[in-house]
Amino acid sequence: MSQYQEKATVSRVEQLSAKNYRLTLDSPDISGAAKAGQFVMIRTGLAKDPLLRRPFSIHQTSANGQLQIYFKVVGRGTDMLARVKAGEIMSVFGPLGRGFRIKKNSPAIIIGGGLGIAPMLFLAKSICRLKTDCSNDHIILGGRERSEVEPLVNDFRQFGLRLGLATDDGSYGHQGYVTDLLKSLELHSEYTVYACGPEPMMARVYSICKSGSMQCQVSVESVMACGMGACLGCSRMTKKGTYTHVCLNGPVFNAEELIWNS
Amino acid sequence: MEFVDNREDIFPDLRVNIGSLEIANPVMTASGTFGYAREFENLMNLHRLGAVIVKGISLHPRPGNPPPRIVETACGMLNAIGLQNVGVDRFISEKMDYLAGLNIPVIVNILGDSLAEYREITERLVGVPGVAGIEVNISCPNVKKGGVAFGTDPSMAAAVTKAVKESADVPVMVKLSPNVSDITLVARAVEDGGADSISLINTLIGMAIDLKTRRPVLANVIGGLSGPAIKPVALRMVYQVASSVSIPVIGIGGIETTEDALEFLLAGASAIQIGTANFINPRVSEEIVEGISKYVVDEKLPSIRSIIGGLSINDG
Ligand SMILES: Cc1cc2nc3c(=O)[nH]c(=O)nc-3n(C[C@H](O)[C@H](O)[C@H](O)COP(=O)(O)OP(=O)(O)OC[C@H]3O[C@@H](n4cnc5c(N)ncnc54)[C@H](O)[C@@H]3O)c2cc1C
Ligand SMILES: Cc1cc2nc3c(=O)[nH]c(=O)nc-3n(C[C@H](O)[C@H](O)[C@H](O)COP(=O)(O)O)c2cc1C
Ligand code: FES
Repeated sequence: MSQYQEKATVSRVEQLSAKNYRLTLDSPDISGAAKAGQFVMIRTGLAKDPLLRRPFSIHQTSANGQLQIYFKVVGRGTDMLARVKAGEIMSVFGPLGRGFRIKKNSPAIIIGGGLGIAPMLFLAKSICRLKTDCSNDHIILGGRERSEVEPLVNDFRQFGLRLGLATDDGSYGHQGYVTDLLKSLELHSEYTVYACGPEPMMARVYSICKSGSMQCQVSVESVMACGMGACLGCSRMTKKGTYTHVCLNGPVFNAEELIWNS
Repeated sequence: MEFVDNREDIFPDLRVNIGSLEIANPVMTASGTFGYAREFENLMNLHRLGAVIVKGISLHPRPGNPPPRIVETACGMLNAIGLQNVGVDRFISEKMDYLAGLNIPVIVNILGDSLAEYREITERLVGVPGVAGIEVNISCPNVKKGGVAFGTDPSMAAAVTKAVKESADVPVMVKLSPNVSDITLVARAVEDGGADSISLINTLIGMAIDLKTRRPVLANVIGGLSGPAIKPVALRMVYQVASSVSIPVIGIGGIETTEDALEFLLAGASAIQIGTANFINPRVSEEIVEGISKYVVDEKLPSIRSIIGGLSINDG
């Protein structure tokens, strides 16, 4: 379990839609050690305010030592991040947490909703690298509207997975939820479902998996101060009635371990 | 052939005394912000620390508060972790072996909700290899039954100190709450109770509100404020306490840089603890040790001890 605090040079900033950005960082230590589903903590500025690092899933890594994050501007930290320029140096800490446990012999259904699409590119890549053929694996991407989904679709196409697309307003792909597309597949208990997105989406995905006796892994969020098990701030209740910590035992959990409000 | 070198230049004298405990340098990590140290082993050289203070330990395991437990505020953060910990027995059996092997003083932070509980935890720590000191948290604002009463009432604070002191076989450091109107009253009471040293400050009680939901951000409603936002208050309190007791004082609160640490030493602290800054830069405590070392060399000081309490108040 190697973790690094790296000074990473920004090599590219892409604005993919009104509020969504993708940042490419030269971060050889972290990208070399990272697994799909893990995250990094980034300092969005060097001043005392905002004070804490911000957590972001690793969107993908490349063999030449780069990593990407895909994020949405929701507040001050992400606003600062959207303004960085190529050539600037950022402090990046990672890779952190436990990522997806890829089940090599089980067909996969990957589901990303909204910003939950972020970790799924890395996952799709890792799954397709492990299996020689991933034409029986599925990926379902969804969002509120076209601009949340379309800019990323081409990146997912290259792997040869079966692709399903949905938007709430019908501006791109199926009109409705990713769970509609999940239910429309010929589901059987051999599948492993990997999901990341808004909590209500993951709760619905899990309930479908439960009724179909399918394994379900989800990547969840929590507020975080340290990202590495030192502050105990990122607690989440488990079915056993004890708290687990998202930064250490997650962010990817077996959905059955957690409590879901349906 | 012998090594010939000018030791003073290469190894500046950073040693400080916390009562009977001599530590290699004045930098410690603050309780609750450094886990049980192992979390940091790949990120820094733990053996460079003056001492490590571990997460607060209670007699029985505590689950902690429901989330959200933390929220960022201007130049700081609020926490209401609720003193989640594994309890003293599991601490000794699961964490102490590793800590004892670190070769640096390990100070165990303890908390309780009765005098008897403080006494019992202390008794269980007697003779445990690797425990170099006990820090008594009488100030945690998070648990309804917990620290508040002890830390805000001088006579209760003295009673806890006495209870721990009677049972302990290592030096006892008492950690004060800043949530009082006159910190020197509690400091003197604790000194009279037999404390070997005093550390301060713990977090300041605060609150954050989410305007959209019109609810408190923290599930616990209130939480403890830490980080650079509290540094001026902490400095003032360290200055006041150092001027009114004769036992060593350890300064805590918003320390992020070497300069911050040196200001606390000038105010009268014999050592400092680094808390929230560990979350932002896990290597910060080692960097501050290096920074202090460089300061002693650059300023040609005989030792770091020569600046403790060296604040000039009057012109003359
Ligand atoms: C493991 C993990 C992975 C994440 N991956 C991504 C990602 O790949 N892409 C992405 O865009 N975002 C991701 N997030 C969420 C991201 O960390 C937050 O959006 C970011 O911290 C907000 O910072 P800010 O300063 O812009 O917002 P702030 O000013 O701090 O807050 C603005 C709003 O964002 C909400 N918020 C703040 N922190 C978080 C948080 N940690 N989780 C959820 N909401 C938060 C606040 O409640 C508030 O409503 C991830 C979070 C976690 C825990
Ligand atoms: C997340 C968190 C947990 C803490 N837990 C404890 C604890 O268990 N016992 C204790 O005495 N102090 C605890 N503290 C207080 C710190 O040790 C320290 O006194 C305080 O944070 C001020 O220092 P700082 O500004 O450098 O963080 C905690 C602080 C934080 C931020
Ligand atoms: S974020 Fe600090 S323990 Fe998880």
